[in-house]
Amino acid sequence: MDPIHQFQIKNLFPIARVGGVEIAFTNSTVFMLLSLAIILLFVVGGTSRRALVPGRLQSMAEVSYEFVSDTLRSTAGPEGMKFFPLVFSIFMFILVLNVIGIIPYTFSVTSHIIITVAFALLVFFTVIIYGFWKNGLRFLKLFVPSGIPIYILPLVSFIEVMSFLSRPVSHSVRLFANMLAGHITLKVFGGFVTMLGALGFLGWLGALVPLGFTVALTALELLVAFLQAYVFAILTCIYLNDAIHPGH
Amino acid sequence: MDPQAAKMIGAGIACIGMGGAGVGVGTIFGHYLAAAVRNPSAAQGQFANLIFGFAVTEALGIFSLLIALLLLFAL
Repeated sequence: MDPIHQFQIKNLFPIARVGGVEIAFTNSTVFMLLSLAIILLFVVGGTSRRALVPGRLQSMAEVSYEFVSDTLRSTAGPEGMKFFPLVFSIFMFILVLNVIGIIPYTFSVTSHIIITVAFALLVFFTVIIYGFWKNGLRFLKLFVPSGIPIYILPLVSFIEVMSFLSRPVSHSVRLFANMLAGHITLKVFGGFVTMLGALGFLGWLGALVPLGFTVALTALELLVAFLQAYVFAILTCIYLNDAIHPGH
Repeated sequence: MDPQAAKMIGAGIACIGMGGAGVGVGTIFGHYLAAAVRNPSAAQGQFANLIFGFAVTEALGIFSLLIALLLLFAL
């Protein structure tokens, strides 16, 4: 009943060995490919007919498009729309991975920090590279807020730089730790059910309480799964806004 | 002291930090709700700010949870 056991990565079959590092097809790969297939079916299937009066699938695809584009436009402005493919892919991928992870006996890919760090660093370097490419050295105005007295400016700039550098850490750890903690909580409450159930008839009655909690927590996890995908996407938009419009 | 016991105590102490995040998240949603009741027409426009403030505050609590998890399972 180890609550951490569910996050184990299993090698299904090896693919290659590169310099002592094994590259294998793991259960994580399976669920990433599965979510990719779901997103492809959803988006391609939703937009293939392009009816004037949308059907169910098409209106769902349209709603998801509108949702992400509204978020991006309101936080990063109309110029931010050139990053729409990035934000939409990140949002949909994380959302589907999170939601798949709630289903029992599946594997939740986003509860591994290596995945979330990869996303966060992708956004981080996109912001830095695009910021310098678009604004040149004016991008550094991000660290020099206007209207600050000159004698505390070094301190404020230092804090701004530190908070900029800690962004990928908090961006990735938030998603990873939320998923990890939620799944551990579910597993612990599931453990209570089996422990009480082993006690006999009275135990069965008592096990109904943690069972109810597990159902309620699963509903909460569904909310968290959506909210964390949204939070990841909106933070991506806000960070991209810094690259597009530096200076406070 | 037994190192295993010290680890467990440390994990428990690290979780206290989540209380601060709880206060912060409660303040954010409480103030948002208070403002939204006063002026419901402006509430929708501030939803992104609400989620942003929630995310930034929650991250600090998550850091202390992470320390607890590291102490329990990784170190």
